[in-house]
Amino acid sequence: MLKLTNIHTYYGNIHALKGIDIEVAEGEVISLIGANGAGKSTTLMTTCGIVSPKKGTIELNGEDITYLPPDALVKKGICQVPEGRRIFPYLTVAENLDMGAFLRNDKDKIKQDLDYVYELFPILANRRNQAGGTLSGGEQQMLAISRALMSRPKILLLDEPSLGLAPIVVKQIFSIIEKINQESRTTIFIVEQNANLALKAAHRGYVMETGRITMTDTGKNLLANEDVKKAYLGI
Amino acid sequence: MRWISILLGLSGTGAVGFFAVREIIMYPMYFFELVLGGLTRGSIYALIALGYTMVYGIIQLINFAHGEIYMIGAMTALIVATVLGMWGWNTAVIVILAFVFAIVYSCAYGFTVEKIAYKPLRNAPRLSALISAIGMSLFLQNYVMLAQTPDYLPFESLIPDFQFWEPFAHIITSVEITIIITTVIVMILLGLLIKFTRIGKAMRATAQDKVMAALLGINVNNVISATFVVGSATAAIGGVLIACHVGQINFYIGFLAGLKAFIAAVLGGIGSIPGAVLGSLVLGISESFFTGYFWSEYEDVFAFAILVLILIFRPSGILGRHDTQKV
Repeated sequence: MLKLTNIHTYYGNIHALKGIDIEVAEGEVISLIGANGAGKSTTLMTTCGIVSPKKGTIELNGEDITYLPPDALVKKGICQVPEGRRIFPYLTVAENLDMGAFLRNDKDKIKQDLDYVYELFPILANRRNQAGGTLSGGEQQMLAISRALMSRPKILLLDEPSLGLAPIVVKQIFSIIEKINQESRTTIFIVEQNANLALKAAHRGYVMETGRITMTDTGKNLLANEDVKKAYLGI
Repeated sequence: MRWISILLGLSGTGAVGFFAVREIIMYPMYFFELVLGGLTRGSIYALIALGYTMVYGIIQLINFAHGEIYMIGAMTALIVATVLGMWGWNTAVIVILAFVFAIVYSCAYGFTVEKIAYKPLRNAPRLSALISAIGMSLFLQNYVMLAQTPDYLPFESLIPDFQFWEPFAHIITSVEITIIITTVIVMILLGLLIKFTRIGKAMRATAQDKVMAALLGINVNNVISATFVVGSATAAIGGVLIACHVGQINFYIGFLAGLKAFIAAVLGGIGSIPGAVLGSLVLGISESFFTGYFWSEYEDVFAFAILVLILIFRPSGILGRHDTQKV
């Protein structure tokens, strides 16, 4: 459903993405792994319209969305949980979730989705009137995912959901991500440094190095691949 | 050394305190008048300071052209009132139309200034935008001077002396009480707008994290425009009210009023809306005391001295928050 073809993105003079091709089919979980500075986050920011590519096309279900502004992309069902979670620190948990549903007008369904995310993460229901900035890292990640879900995304982009979290919380977050994929058939695109976790959760994976895609295969095969093992799994 | 400075500080505070208490006991009415005068001043500052602080909160820009927007509000009201007055329209209608036109014109100017002078510089270094703001301020001043007149224009108060206010008129005039009440109403409406409406929530979210706001589908450019429009509207209301109070205006009134409101916004903590209101009232009342009890000719020096002191000792202002980033 999402297709990036030969994408080149620059930050000033820095050639961050050097012609990448990624294809995500409906209902899939895709992982993009790579070291620091490989261009993983840039890939997501380019997809979401925050930075514009200099060359290449991005298609959603066959429609060219390369130069659409971010708000138009959210309307089309692309939503990102960015790196570092980016919770609005002075908005309450409830208000943060409310911002996720910013473009929606269907009040009843919003209420329904709100109940759904409170069910996924009951801790958020307890904290609903607390300022977002006072939550712990794990709670913030839960809130960030819930906030994105409130926009009813067709494809959910997650940037390093495991960053800075305790292993047990990471496990919980990943199990919820799989649950979201299975229950609501939401397509999921995960960018991760934790290659082991990300590849286990994914149907297919891409490996990225300094702005290029160097490998792509099923999650299982990548986990077994010698180069991947050496470079990203530390085995 | 330390003891000497503490002793000096204490005796200084004591002397001022003693003097103040004596004055207040001997002339309570005078004290009361100064408080009310300060509140009136502070209200006007607050109406302007809101625009500064909201714009700063969202794009971290000191919009130095904001004082000019306030002046344009006052000018528009004067023109409308004069023309309609010549046509012999009813006073109440004139008042309403003067306010409406002032607000609409100021909003249009605020909106356009942002589009012309700041939007193209959104990703430029902050200094460029600041210089652009100063340029815009000078341009608008000179434009109004050339298009209208450099002279002071008499501004006949739109607000009549209310009959029922007669018993209190020796303490606070009808115009002053109107200014204070109008400001309170505007503040309440603004508070509701920011807290509960869709655009208000979008403003708060955008102020906290622009990229995230965009990722959630908020059109950041529209939110920034809306912020300029709201800030211009309150400034226009302030402009019309102050013109009624002072009785004359010219193209230059926005400069000093804008700077004072800027001081008030910094005093309260720039970026914070309650801070801007609090800072304005504190500045208004302390200015009023200073001019009433000490030297009235040093009024502006006093305000700028406050600015220097805040910047040295508490740059974040009274209600400013120190943002700590969680990684």
